[in-house]
Amino acid sequence: MMGEAAGARFAAGESVTVRRMRPQGHIRTPRYVMGLTGKICHVVGAFPNPEELAYGRNGSPKKMLYRVQFQQAGLWPDYAGNPADTLEIELYEHWLMPAAVKEES
Amino acid sequence: MDEPPLKPHDMGGLPAGGIDPAEKEHVLWEKRVDAMMMLLQHPSRALLTTDELRKNIEALGPEAYSKMSYYERWISAIAATLLERGIVTSEELGRGIEAVMAREAGLP
Repeated sequence: MMGEAAGARFAAGESVTVRRMRPQGHIRTPRYVMGLTGKICHVVGAFPNPEELAYGRNGSPKKMLYRVQFQQAGLWPDYAGNPADTLEIELYEHWLMPAAVKEES
Repeated sequence: MDEPPLKPHDMGGLPAGGIDPAEKEHVLWEKRVDAMMMLLQHPSRALLTTDELRKNIEALGPEAYSKMSYYERWISAIAATLLERGIVTSEELGRGIEAVMAREAGLP
């Protein structure tokens, strides 16, 4: 795992906020997590960038991928399930910023 | 700040009605589309990536995206990717479709 996660900006346990970006093109971040804050639960490793692969390019430089955990109750305003329920989703590093830091405009 | 515009595939959290849990029997052409995708993606050929397929499915537009079936979206996106990569030409694709339509209509 060390090799794969080398160069990761975030570590497991850190809080991150998902950027609210609206670029053209193919992105892998669903809107329902944009702007919300979760916690890194696993550094998955570096992978070819799907936003580049989508255009027939080779996906370099690779992007670090993280598994990020969110509270279900924070995602859905009318969430009626167990308040302890969580959702884990894999997000690329360039979509994440440290929590409690305002997004650069 | 305005909400980012919602793309038709980005439907997480939207009302979507019930889910039909019944097993679906795929017809022959759907199985062929699936097989074609596997053959194009195979590392020995690497003629198409999942990401290109997704990009071209997302580029179908909201109307086509909601009207087309799963494998109709796939075959449209496969064709778009192969055109972009220069693996097939529009002429080849057009002639192929013409031949199939003629066959279906019982023409020589």
